[in-house]
Amino acid sequence: MTFPDDLKYSKEHEWVKVEGNVATIGITDYAQEQLGEIVFVELPSEGEEFAKEDVFGVVESVKSVSDVYAPISGRVIEANDPLTDGPEILNEDSYGEGWIIRMEISDAKELKELMSAKEYEAYIKEESE
Amino acid sequence: MKTPLYEAHKKAGARMVDFAGWEMPVQYIGISQEHRHVRQKVGLFDVSHMGEIEIRGPQALEAVNYLTTNNVPSLKDGEAQYSVLLNEQGKTIDDLIIYRRAHDNFFLCVNASNKPKDLAWIQDKTEKKFGNQAIVEDVSSRYGLLAIQGPLALSVVEKLSSVQLSAMKPFSFLEISLKGDSPKGIPVLLSRTGYTGEDGFEIFVPWEKTALLWETLMEAGRSEGIAPIGLGARDTLRVEMKYSLYGHEIDETTNPLEASLGWIVKLDKGNFIGKDELIKIREKGVLRKLVSFLMKDSGIPRQGYSLFKDSTQIGVVTSGTLSPSLEKAIGIGYVTPSLSKVGTEIEVDIRGQKKKAEIVIAPFYRRRENHDIS
Repeated sequence: MTFPDDLKYSKEHEWVKVEGNVATIGITDYAQEQLGEIVFVELPSEGEEFAKEDVFGVVESVKSVSDVYAPISGRVIEANDPLTDGPEILNEDSYGEGWIIRMEISDAKELKELMSAKEYEAYIKEESE
Repeated sequence: MKTPLYEAHKKAGARMVDFAGWEMPVQYIGISQEHRHVRQKVGLFDVSHMGEIEIRGPQALEAVNYLTTNNVPSLKDGEAQYSVLLNEQGKTIDDLIIYRRAHDNFFLCVNASNKPKDLAWIQDKTEKKFGNQAIVEDVSSRYGLLAIQGPLALSVVEKLSSVQLSAMKPFSFLEISLKGDSPKGIPVLLSRTGYTGEDGFEIFVPWEKTALLWETLMEAGRSEGIAPIGLGARDTLRVEMKYSLYGHEIDETTNPLEASLGWIVKLDKGNFIGKDELIKIREKGVLRKLVSFLMKDSGIPRQGYSLFKDSTQIGVVTSGTLSPSLEKAIGIGYVTPSLSKVGTEIEVDIRGQKKKAEIVIAPFYRRRENHDIS
């Protein structure tokens, strides 16, 4: 399992990559592995606004349905539409081609509440024990 | 609780989950891949968590016939049948397979999650009506259970058998020894049954020989490409066949007539628990019917989602998944009888959005038969 250093992580197993006032958001390698084969992804529409911890999308494996939570507040500027026809991309490349949305960040202070790669790794270690 | 194969599953890379108090493998490499492996080749399942109950004695046959809905007197030695246990209200306590060893010796295989309840029920009803003429015993801790399923299952098991198995009819069983590490072999109850829609066997084996049988079958099936299969694929395989799963299609709120199980209800076989209620239901007609449906819009139906027709709720989803064989989302659910016809367009409420689906003929998947006409 990998946890890139240039990303920030949420307790709900989303990652955030910050470039200026835009955040790219996806689910972590740990999350995709726990879910198993992802067979369906429900994406939000462009322009939708979410507050931190709102459900902005759904990821389904063969057996289960999981909500995806907004790690920070913001407005969706782009959703990764190829996931609709190729949900397996989330398993294959969760930090790259498997990004889920790009958001305009509405409150940069919230980024401070996210974890670093090291902190996240320790967090999941604790969670899986 | 753990089956004798717990360590073997972990070593094989299984993800373990709790199922009715048992640590069971839900998947090894991936549910869809395992599912297709069973459809195309052969897979091995550990289902040792299932419960086994024996009923023996001069009135064992009468007792089993009284407790269950199917026609027990029609069974010959070495034959099995699918059936249900009902309460007096005609509601389903459990579904089960009944094996007749002899007129005074029956072996029942029940769901792990229901075993304590089934056992208490069976003991109570049998004792009251048959006294010491039929003795009930929980033998679950004595038997492991493996299922070998798929088009190549027969050729794998035949390698271990000194008797020919190809002539075995579905729902027949043999008590034989399979070749193992000792000259005596591994004693098994080998049944031509399964829960996948494929050819194959379910094999009851002494608990302490379960791991040996697992290894022996994995070794014997190497050239056929045998693979271990988890409970995840076991579920998607049975959904494609529209086989009921307790807690989904059937439970203590459902009767077998609405659950498409009328074929195992024999009202002319003599008295049985729940019969009076079923006669009334048959006269009045069922209030809902179990149907299978194929999604037309995107989205996967899941247990508990509501079914609609023209903005009126008409029923509820009992099971749903993405079918690995069809690569389409499929579901099973109860609907109003007048809207249960094949071809009826319905809607599934998926997270507040109405998604189109169509009622289709079950099963969703039919296996290719071997007789090639070309």
